[in-house]
Amino acid sequence: MYPFDVKIPTDLAAARKAFEDADDGLFLAGGQTLIPVMKQRLAMPGTVIALERISDLAGIKAGGSEITIGAMTRHAAVAADPDIAKAIPALAKLAGGIGDPQVRNRGTIGGSLANNDPAADYPAAALGLGATIITDKREIAVDQFFKGMFETALDAGEIITAVRFPMPECAAYVKLQHPATRFAMVGVMVAKVGSTVRVAVTGAAPSVFRATEMEAALTLKFEPNALDGITIAADGLNNDIHASREYRAHLIGVLARRAAQEAIS
Amino acid sequence: MPAIKLRVNGREAAAEVDERTLLSTFLREQLDLTGTHVGCDTSQCGACTVDIDGITAKSCAMFAWQADGAAITTIEGLADGDKLHPMQAAFREHHGLQCGFCTPGMVMTAVDFAKRNPDPSDDEIRHALEGNICRCTGYHFIVDAIRTGAKAMRG
Repeated sequence: MYPFDVKIPTDLAAARKAFEDADDGLFLAGGQTLIPVMKQRLAMPGTVIALERISDLAGIKAGGSEITIGAMTRHAAVAADPDIAKAIPALAKLAGGIGDPQVRNRGTIGGSLANNDPAADYPAAALGLGATIITDKREIAVDQFFKGMFETALDAGEIITAVRFPMPECAAYVKLQHPATRFAMVGVMVAKVGSTVRVAVTGAAPSVFRATEMEAALTLKFEPNALDGITIAADGLNNDIHASREYRAHLIGVLARRAAQEAIS
Repeated sequence: MPAIKLRVNGREAAAEVDERTLLSTFLREQLDLTGTHVGCDTSQCGACTVDIDGITAKSCAMFAWQADGAAITTIEGLADGDKLHPMQAAFREHHGLQCGFCTPGMVMTAVDFAKRNPDPSDDEIRHALEGNICRCTGYHFIVDAIRTGAKAMRG
C-alpha cells in the first residue's frame, strides 16, 4: 500500500469538508473491497475518509410501504432484521448470501452500491426492487444510478446516506455463486412491485441491467413458464475463465425461471 | 500516525500505528499475538478471523485504527489459563486440523457461530465456514469438532 492520510469524521459536514480538503480523497465504508484493492495498489487514495463513526448512517426504518436502510448498515444486520424478513424476505436472503459471515459483518449496503462491482448482489436488489438511492445532496431513482462497470451517477464527493426500498408484492433473488470468491457468476432478482414487474441481472455483464423482454412476459403472466422461448443474447456479456458468455446467457434464463418460481411460492 | 486504545483479550493496549497497518499486522507484530494467522492476505481464507465487539471479522481486511476503542478477542484469549475453551477442546478431540494453519480462524468463527446457533445442523456448520478455507481440505473433522464444541458450549 502507498502512504495515505486518514480522516475519521463524525458527521456528514465534516466528511464533505475532509473530501474537499483532500488531494485525492476516497470514502471508506465497510472496506471489504477497498482495503484488498488498496493492498493491490489498484486504489491509491491520498486520503481515506472513514464513514463508520457517523452514527446516523446506520440503521433500518420500516414505515408505510417502504423500508429505508442506512448506507453504513452491515449486510449481517439486513439479513437478520425482522422488519425486512417480513416485508422483503428476498432482500434479507440476498444480504445473508453475500460473501461469507465475516464479510457480512463488515460490508455495507452503501459501499456495495457506490462500488457497483459487476458481480455484486446489492445492485441487483436495488435495480430489481426499484429502490431510491438517497445521498447527502439528492435522491436518485435506481434506473438512473448504475452507469457502467464500477460507475454510478454519484458526483465526486457525494455520499450515499440511505437506500429506500418499496415493499414488493413478491420478489426472489437466485444466483449461481462462484465457489471460491462467493461472487455471483450470475444473479437474478425478479420482483413485482405494484403492477410493475422488474427483472435485474448481476454478474453477467459489465454492469447490472434489466432484462426487459422478461419483464414484459412476466407482466402478462407472472409464472416461470411465461419466460419460455425468451433467450438472452450472449453478445457483450462477461467472458472469463469461470464462465463463457454463452453459459452466462443460459444461466440468466435458468435463474430467472427459478426466481419467478420462488417469488410466487 | 493515529493513536489507538483498545482492549485485546481483556488487557488494555495503546499504540501509535501507521495508517496502513492492518489489524492483523498490529496484533502479530506490535502485540506479539501471533496466533492470528495471515494466510492469503486477500480477505478470502479467514485464518486471520478475530472477534471485535462480539462479531467476527477478517483482521487483514481492517486497518488497526478502525479498531480504536474496540474490545478484541483473538485465539490467545479463548482458553482459561491451562483449560482449553470447549471449542478448542473439541477441535483437539476430533483432530479438526491437518497442518493447523487455518485452525485459529476456524475456531474463532466456530465460537461466534455456536453462540448464535447453539444446536446447529451439519449443513448450517458448513455454511458458517464459507469464510474459512482449509487448504489441507480437512473439513469433515472440522465439522465434527464444531458440532461437539457447540454441544459443549451449550452445556
